[in-house]
Amino acid sequence: MIASRRITVALLLLAATLAPALAGQDEEPKPDPVEKFFEKLETEYHGFYEVRSGYRLMNDPHEKDMSIMEARYQFDLFSMRDWGDVKVKGDFYGDGVEEKGVFDLREANIFARPADTMDVKLGRQVLTWGTGDLLFINDLFPKDWQSFFIGRDVEYLKAPSDAAKVSLFMDWANLDITYTPEFDSDRFISGERISYWSPATGMSAGEDSKLAVERRREFFEEDETALRLYKNVNNYELAAYGYWGYWKSPGGFNQTMTAGVFPELYVYGASARGNVGKGIGNIEVGYYDSVDDRCGDDPLINNSEMRYLVGYTQEIGRDFTAGVQYYVEQMLDHGDYEDTLPSASPTRDEFRHLTTLRLTKLLMNQNLRLSLFTYYSPSDEDVYMRPIANYKASDNLALEVGANVFFGDEAHTFFNQFHDNTNAYLAVRHSF
Amino acid sequence: MLTRTNTIGLLLVLTGGFALVGAAPTAEKEDIPDVQTIVAKANIVAYYQADDGKASVKMTITDKRGQKRDREFIILRKDVADGGDQNYFVYFQRPPDVRRMTYLVHKHAAIDKDDDRWLYMPAIDRVNRIAAGDKRTSFVGSDFLYEDVSGRSLDEDTHELTETTDTMFIVKNTPKKPDSVEFSYFTVAIDRKNYVPMKMEFYDKAGKLYRTIESQKVEVIQELPTVTKSVVQDLKTGSKTEMEFSDVQYNIKIGDMFEERYLRRPPREAMR
Repeated sequence: MIASRRITVALLLLAATLAPALAGQDEEPKPDPVEKFFEKLETEYHGFYEVRSGYRLMNDPHEKDMSIMEARYQFDLFSMRDWGDVKVKGDFYGDGVEEKGVFDLREANIFARPADTMDVKLGRQVLTWGTGDLLFINDLFPKDWQSFFIGRDVEYLKAPSDAAKVSLFMDWANLDITYTPEFDSDRFISGERISYWSPATGMSAGEDSKLAVERRREFFEEDETALRLYKNVNNYELAAYGYWGYWKSPGGFNQTMTAGVFPELYVYGASARGNVGKGIGNIEVGYYDSVDDRCGDDPLINNSEMRYLVGYTQEIGRDFTAGVQYYVEQMLDHGDYEDTLPSASPTRDEFRHLTTLRLTKLLMNQNLRLSLFTYYSPSDEDVYMRPIANYKASDNLALEVGANVFFGDEAHTFFNQFHDNTNAYLAVRHSF
Repeated sequence: MLTRTNTIGLLLVLTGGFALVGAAPTAEKEDIPDVQTIVAKANIVAYYQADDGKASVKMTITDKRGQKRDREFIILRKDVADGGDQNYFVYFQRPPDVRRMTYLVHKHAAIDKDDDRWLYMPAIDRVNRIAAGDKRTSFVGSDFLYEDVSGRSLDEDTHELTETTDTMFIVKNTPKKPDSVEFSYFTVAIDRKNYVPMKMEFYDKAGKLYRTIESQKVEVIQELPTVTKSVVQDLKTGSKTEMEFSDVQYNIKIGDMFEERYLRRPPREAMR
C-alpha cells in the first residue's frame, strides 16, 4: 500500500516536472513572474526541477529497498555588482526514503577582485583542485559519498565548504589559500542510506546501527587550511599542495570504541598535468601525515599514508574518450599496525592498489552520453561500476538512467562492503 | 582601411582596363593573385581579423524533424601571431545545463602540435583538461565542426584555383592525408574584393556533395568585413545549424585572460 502510494506520488511529481517542459516546446515561454522579479533586481535566476527514483537490486537487511526517491528544486541566483558578484544556490527536496523535506544550501558567497593580482571568495562554496578523476589525493574539500553511492548527480559528490578563498597571482607562481574556520567533514558513509562493514563489530551495519561520531565543532579552533601553489609551464600544469586539518571521514575510533573520530591530518603533495602523446597525462602524490599516530602503533587511529596517482586520457574514436588511472595507497609503519591490531580484525594490506577506467561515448549529435566509470582494485579484489546514460531530449529536458554496482570477494573490502547497496535509478530533469 | 584597399583595387582595375588594349594576357594574369596568396588572405579574414575580437554567438541547430536546439555563448579571441597561434575563450550562456561553463583553447597552428583545451564546470569547481580530439567532430553538438570554428590549417590541404568569376575565386582544397578526414575535397568561393569565404562545399569519398557552409550575412565592422551569419547544412542528415554573431568588437585590447584564473572566474567583459 505505502509502496504504491509512493510510486503514485513519484509519478505525479514526474508529471509535474515534465508538463512545463513538454508544454513549453515550440512556443515562446511566457514571462515567469519569479523571473521578472529577479530581472528587476538585476539578478540571474536559473535552476532545475528533478525527479529521481532508484531501487536496490540486492536484498539489504539493514536498509530500505528504495535507494533514492526525491523531487528536487534547485535555484541558482547570480548578481554582478560594482564591487563584486553574489551567488546563492540551494536545493529544496522531498526525500521519499527518509520521508522528510530537506533544504541544502549549496552556495552562498561573494566574489571580488580587489586587486589585479588577487581574487577573493567568501562564504559557502564548492571547492575543487587536483588532477584525479573521481579519485582525490590533495583535494581535501568535503565529499558527499552518500549522494555519490545512492545515485544523485555527480555534482553532489562535492559537498560545500564554509570558507574563505584568497587567490594571489604572481609572475613566478599563483597561490590559492582556503581557510575553513569550522572543520567540514565528508558526508561519509555512516549506515544512513548506505550499509557498510563495521570494523568495530566485524559485521555489516546500516540504519539500525549508525556510526556514531565525535564531531569537531570548535569554531576557529578545529579549523582547516589548504594551500595550492601552481604554475603553468608550457601548458604543463604544475602544483604543490598543503593541508592542515583532520581526516575527512572518520579516521579512527575513540578509546571506548563507541564512536568514530576525526584525527588530525596534515597532507603535503604535488601534481603535474599536460599533453602526453595524443592525450592528457596526469600524476599526483600526497603524504598523509596522521599526526595523532605518527608511529603507527595506535590501532584506533589511521596510520600515515603515501598516496600515488597516475592517469591518462585519450580520444580513441569519434566522440569516444577513454581515461585510465592507477592509484596506490601505501600505509606507512605497516609493521607497527600489524603488531598492535586486535587479532580478530581483518588486516589492511600495506598497499591498496586501485585502477579506474572511464569510457565516454557521445551519440545522436552529442545529445546522448553513455559513460561507464569502473573502479577495480586488484589488491582488494573488488569492483565498483557506474554506468550512466544521459539523454537531452531538448535544451531543457534531460533523462538519465544509471546504476551503482558493487561486487567483490570479501565482505570487508572498500567497495564490496557496499555490495548490498547495488542500485539502479532513473531521473528526469527540467532545467531553466 | 578597407575603403582605401578598395580604391586601390578600383584603380588597378581601371589601369588594367587601359593596359588591356596593349597587353591583354599579362594584365589579366597580374590581376589574379596566386592561390597561396588567396587562401592565406581568406584565412586571415575568416579567423584572424584585427589583433583580437569579441562576439556574442547564437547557434540554432535544426534537425531534420524541425526540432530546434539553441546554444548561446560569448567568444573572445586573441591572436598570438597573424595566421599562427591564437587563444580562444568561450563563456556559455545557453542551454541552462551548460550555463556559465567556460572553455579555453590555446590553438597551435603548427600541423603537428595539438591544441590545448580546458573546460571549467562551475557546479563542481573543476578545471578539466580535454584530450586533443579529432578536429572534425561536432562543436557543442551543432553541425559546425571544431575545425570550422577554430580554422583548418592551410598546410593540411593542397590548394588549386579552379575558377575565377566576376566576383569570386573558386579554390579546390584536397587533403594531403585523405585518410584523416571524411571528405575527398572541398571548394571555397572567396569574395574577390574582400577575401571573405562565402561558400564552402564538401564532397564525400564518392565525389558527392554532402555538406555546405554559407556566409549569409557580411557586415563591415570597424572597417573590417565580418561574417555575421553563417549556415551549415548537412545534406546527409538533413540537419542544419545557423550561427549568428552580434556585438562584434575588434581591437578591444584583451589582456592576458587565457589562463586558469579567468577560466574559473571570467573577467566581467567576457560575461556580458
